[in-house]
Amino acid sequence: MNHPSYGKPKNRWPYFLLTYPAIMILLLFFVPLCIMFALSFFKRIQSAFFEPAFVFENYVRAFSTFFLQRIGVSLWVAAVAAFICLLIAFPFTFFLSRLRRSRQVPYLVLLISILSLSEVIIAFSWSLLLSKTSGISNLLVALKLLDAPVSWAPGFVAMLSALVYISLPLAIIVLYPSLSRLDVSLTEAATTLGASPIVSFFNVVLPNVRQALLTTFILVFIFVLGSYLIPQVLGRPEHWTLPVHITDQALLKSNMPLAAALAMLLLIASAGLSLLTLRLGRSQL
Amino acid sequence: MMILKRFFFSLVVLYLVAPLVIITGVSLNAQKRLFFPPQGLSLRWYFEFFSQAEWYLPALRSLSIAGLAALIAMSIALPLAYTVWRYDIKLARMLYFLGLAPFALPPVITALGALALWIVLQSFGKPYTVVLSHAAFLVTLPLATISLGLQSMNAESIEAATTLGADNSTVFRTIVFPYIRPYMMAGFVFAFVLSLNEYIIAFMVAGFTVETLPIKIFNSLRYGYTPVMASVSVIFFLLATLLFGLIGKFGDLPKLLGADSSSD
Repeated sequence: MNHPSYGKPKNRWPYFLLTYPAIMILLLFFVPLCIMFALSFFKRIQSAFFEPAFVFENYVRAFSTFFLQRIGVSLWVAAVAAFICLLIAFPFTFFLSRLRRSRQVPYLVLLISILSLSEVIIAFSWSLLLSKTSGISNLLVALKLLDAPVSWAPGFVAMLSALVYISLPLAIIVLYPSLSRLDVSLTEAATTLGASPIVSFFNVVLPNVRQALLTTFILVFIFVLGSYLIPQVLGRPEHWTLPVHITDQALLKSNMPLAAALAMLLLIASAGLSLLTLRLGRSQL
Repeated sequence: MMILKRFFFSLVVLYLVAPLVIITGVSLNAQKRLFFPPQGLSLRWYFEFFSQAEWYLPALRSLSIAGLAALIAMSIALPLAYTVWRYDIKLARMLYFLGLAPFALPPVITALGALALWIVLQSFGKPYTVVLSHAAFLVTLPLATISLGLQSMNAESIEAATTLGADNSTVFRTIVFPYIRPYMMAGFVFAFVLSLNEYIIAFMVAGFTVETLPIKIFNSLRYGYTPVMASVSVIFFLLATLLFGLIGKFGDLPKLLGADSSSD
């Protein structure tokens, strides 16, 4: 901390300042997670939400073949999307960060605007983009590359394109700090010493950003794992991610305990991965 | 090499812009059809959005939820970020960590937790639950931007003021607050725009009683497309661009996103 007199408080005032944030964060974020944890051991009762109990049947169901397959699909979709996303984001961010500051700003504004756009809107615009009446297949027909317009959604590729689309701005923004702080003189030195741009990229740039890449991969992975609307609009039911099933159990099937158990599995997986990124971040310094 | 670089860069920008071009085109259709390129140009779907209660009411609802949620998020973040920066208190660091956590988890977890909380408190479906749950979810953003501002502050000026006899509150009022104000603004805008667009938490805690705009769009996606959905999407995108554009114009966006502050 760079505060000049940073240290232990001398009176109660700081604790007083903390009371309100503490109440709000604990009540609205921490307590709900605890309730959810407790719920995952409760018993479901028909015609009401749940009944206090201590049973493992929700976890037994969460580990049934059906849900294990759903979890497998979610992890697979997230991994593929994160990988493609990184493949595009890395060179793009590198070029972006080499532009003059003032020229970067419009691109950054575009990226944050897309990032903040509702998943509903993205799902909707991609369903239009891939549709028969207003999609790019019309463009291909006009260019005589295709005989008649076709519909490309729903399907795995449609879903994947939209998932990469929505996570690309996130990947770029997470990669941006480390790539824009990357010392250009290193690559320049390598090139002066006779290394080709490709050689200097693999030998100089890549080792310097390996950790940032891994962190970004994990963050995008978690982000896609949390996608809820795109799989429903652009994917087929067999591609639905875990959040779709969790919401389905909680609201439509009124099975809160099972939803809580599934959410706990998702929580453990993503919290583990997030802590890993913190570790990586620390070892980088 | 240079050409290849340009080509790749443009291709990615095209990929980012393509869906936006399509929704803009579709929103300009003269008939109630979703054609691209649009058949006949008209702004009637924009007028429809502003004149039909089924559209502007959810929009007003979303705007007020987002405004309140962002304000509450800010009110939680400011004292917390300040205490973490100023004092060595374990509780403050713990709360700081918890405040950042919602963004490291898939939102469905926060959403289900919120649903469970409001069921237990017997407030399931009440409008204020969305505001409070959004505030807790989005607190991460002002917390991150304000902390960034505090950390980039010049320690000497505080030291000078303290040496000259200024107490904590004077230092805060005259030095710290004016310095972090743009960072607070940025945090507020981020939280506001994200709340405006948030779907799953709003849907879980009050989806059947409080119809926000994203929920309205999704419902129309299921029960009949209309070009109004496209015009709403365009308005949303433009609003976000406007707000972030203002930050970009008056603030240092590259620095806010973590680029080094030294170069041009």
